[in-house]
Amino acid sequence: MILNDFIKKETEWLKGEGPYSNIAISTRVRVARNIKGHLYYDRADSKQREDTLGAVTANMKRNKFLQGALFLRIKDLSDLDRVFLVERHLMSREHTQDVAHKGLVIDEKEIISAMLNEEDHIRFQVLQSGFNIVEAWRIVDEIDTDLGQHLPFDFSNEYGYLTSCPTNTGTGLRASVMLHLSGLVISGQIENVFDAISKLGLTMRGFYGEGTEALGDFFQISNQVALGHSEMDILDNLERIIHKIISREEKTRENLIKKHKQETSDRIKRSYETLKSASIITSAETIKLLSAVRFGADLGIIKDIDTATINEVLLLTQPAHLQKITGETIAPHERDMKRADLIHERLGKK
Amino acid sequence: MKCDNCGKNEATVHLTEVINDNITKLHLCETCARTKSEEMQSHFGLTDLLSGLMDFEPGMTGEAKHDLMTKCPGCGMTYFDFQHSGRLGCGACYEVFSKNLNELLRKIHGSDKHVGKMPFKGKDVLKKQEDLQRLKGELRDLVRAEEFEKASVLRDRIKDMEGKLGGA
Repeated sequence: MILNDFIKKETEWLKGEGPYSNIAISTRVRVARNIKGHLYYDRADSKQREDTLGAVTANMKRNKFLQGALFLRIKDLSDLDRVFLVERHLMSREHTQDVAHKGLVIDEKEIISAMLNEEDHIRFQVLQSGFNIVEAWRIVDEIDTDLGQHLPFDFSNEYGYLTSCPTNTGTGLRASVMLHLSGLVISGQIENVFDAISKLGLTMRGFYGEGTEALGDFFQISNQVALGHSEMDILDNLERIIHKIISREEKTRENLIKKHKQETSDRIKRSYETLKSASIITSAETIKLLSAVRFGADLGIIKDIDTATINEVLLLTQPAHLQKITGETIAPHERDMKRADLIHERLGKK
Repeated sequence: MKCDNCGKNEATVHLTEVINDNITKLHLCETCARTKSEEMQSHFGLTDLLSGLMDFEPGMTGEAKHDLMTKCPGCGMTYFDFQHSGRLGCGACYEVFSKNLNELLRKIHGSDKHVGKMPFKGKDVLKKQEDLQRLKGELRDLVRAEEFEKASVLRDRIKDMEGKLGGA
């Protein structure tokens, strides 16, 4: 299977590079587009869905930014491969359901990807390592403009880009930054951030885990408003607020080292030791412990491991990745043992 | 408005259930809405939130009811359908449901007017629409000046442009 090569590849956005990569793991910018004259996915029948997929695919294959990209049909992928792509942030969980007419385009570096026939005809995203909204938007804008020259996007002068759900109408734009905010969680300031965010046209949610739980202190902050402001204004607003959150996190980290070094260091070192000595470990525990280690690496408490390796282990220890690596479908309990093996192997190398 | 369930918190989520034409309205605070949603074993998603943002009163006026039941010529959807699915059916829905949608868009985004990027094709069409308006003005002037020969040439050109724009 073609996706087997993915596991060996270094994922561009996990490199631990880019501005503020100690706190900002990755930046994602996506736009939602529909094709004029084609019914939206939910409303379309099989034939119409297939027509849309054909028209969009043909145009994308011509796009100069997508030469060498992989064009996949979700129905051709195994269940494992589908979850694998979700774990890699290349498609949504919704895209693994009702798959007969769904498509996915992934460029060689996994920076650009497009879901075809998800909620909208095209959901097209750019991923960047670190806090990099401007660069992510630059690439999105360029490809979008190019696509718009050949595909008649559904657009009205009044409402802008028309989307299946009115929450995306207008710019069709959603930008998200994934942040690691252990300092703000430990110091009890995260609730204030949550409160402030919702008043500023943004949303914030835990990256791992369900509902309000934020496993490992990883959060995703995104714009909520897509209409009535230009793309630049929306991105600028998000960027300014995230800058503030990052600088607050940085100050809190400094403070923790200055005033609570013993406690902070104890917590981090224990997590690191548990991670290295565990022989059975769940995905949730891995995320929690790796979060502490990542925090410790930035504070200089843990010196023998870098951010890129931690990011990589975070990705590889997820269920579908683990099964791709071992090359077999394994039961959860056995998976927990294989996960521990993989952690030893990766952390031991450093 | 207080939450129907706990009676303590402010109700921010307004759910409308339609079972065999019986309409039940439920006003809940976020915590209770979540609990109820879990109880119902259904996911507490955008659709529920959207229904919360949309007005659907059992005692609404005839005109409002008519607006709810008007079918989109593009896809056959009604605004009533949309209230339950949370998804529009096609681009034409935006025009047909504009009255209801404007209000909803303002609640979601604080605005119902796009500011920002336009697609290449959109820009092109816009430019042509502007040209068309200008030419129509010229046509009126020519007719007024009784320059019928020139006017007929211009009229054909306008017809031709309108035909092309319609198919754009």
